[in-house]
Amino acid sequence: MCASCGCSGHEHTHDQEDEHGLAHEHAHAHAHATSIKLEERILAKNERYAQRNRDWLEGRNVLTLNLMSSPGAGKTTLLERTIRALRGELEVGVVEGDQETSFDAERLRATGCRTLQINTGTGCHLEAQMFGEALKGLNPPPRSVVMIENVGNLVCPALFDLGEHARIVILSVTEGDDKPLKYPHMFRSCQLMLVNKVDLLGYVQFDVERCVERARQINPAIASLTVSATTGEGMDDWYEWLRRQHRLQCGPAAFGSVQSGV
Amino acid sequence: MHELSIARSIVEICSERAGSARINRVTVEVGRLTCVTPQALRFCFEAGAQGTPLASSELCIIEVAGRARCRRCAAEIELDDLVTPCSCGSRDLQYTAGEELRITEMEVA
Repeated sequence: MCASCGCSGHEHTHDQEDEHGLAHEHAHAHAHATSIKLEERILAKNERYAQRNRDWLEGRNVLTLNLMSSPGAGKTTLLERTIRALRGELEVGVVEGDQETSFDAERLRATGCRTLQINTGTGCHLEAQMFGEALKGLNPPPRSVVMIENVGNLVCPALFDLGEHARIVILSVTEGDDKPLKYPHMFRSCQLMLVNKVDLLGYVQFDVERCVERARQINPAIASLTVSATTGEGMDDWYEWLRRQHRLQCGPAAFGSVQSGV
Repeated sequence: MHELSIARSIVEICSERAGSARINRVTVEVGRLTCVTPQALRFCFEAGAQGTPLASSELCIIEVAGRARCRRCAAEIELDDLVTPCSCGSRDLQYTAGEELRITEMEVA
């Protein structure tokens, strides 16, 4: 029990420690106060919205992927190339999260895909309620793929479930191979790491093997692929990963669409 | 600053439960393995509580130490981050404590 405020914690500190003032105030407050047990998860509301999104997406048979990275790692370029490469095979819609502007949404719209921009203002991540509202606007058709381009940030988005089926972290070689250890929460929460901009490997100090090893130290189950969204190097492996996820989530390809492997 | 969202959730949950009563104090558990920093949370709580029934309430933060069970050697270890391995060298850990983000109680006047 806390000696300063009488609450049942084992380990906490009080800011502005004024022993006499605090003790006095508390003695007075306790005389009329009622303690209410809550035992409620702080993120419970976000989790409920995330589950609602997941149910809605399952009902429509739509695969949803949450793409996260620091700003400038190449999420939009990766999406542009992916959408163009898989046209006629997988229909992709994008929910864009940025603090300001609709630059990315405009770039993606030029590929012909459905796009919806969310501006978070001061917010540094997307939350499940925002994504749920965006889904209604995006109105993704059955058996399509929704890509969430989260706000560029390797910390905050890790904490908020949006109702996605899988999480992908994109790390560009210009950022350094120590990122998995610096931002362990993000790498721990993802199923796939895409090491992007490998066409620049000759110009920067970045050890791909060491980076993958570090990501696995944090998350032994994480898969990893090396790609260049600019030159197209390694992108076929990413498309194959995407097709596999789509089959797992939405079942075998419908008549008329291209499918490789089983 | 995800702590701002966390602080807003605390304010929202407690306000709903308290109705018209004034809230003196809120006690929350924050695990050391979460990416929530107590100092930042305290700062955000003060900002987020303004104009709500929590405006003058105290935020008690109980930091919960991280604990894990090593899947290789079965040792129970204490740790403060997600990077530390078991003393046997393995990082294949099952975290058993330290991921809490929970409101445990509040005191209303």
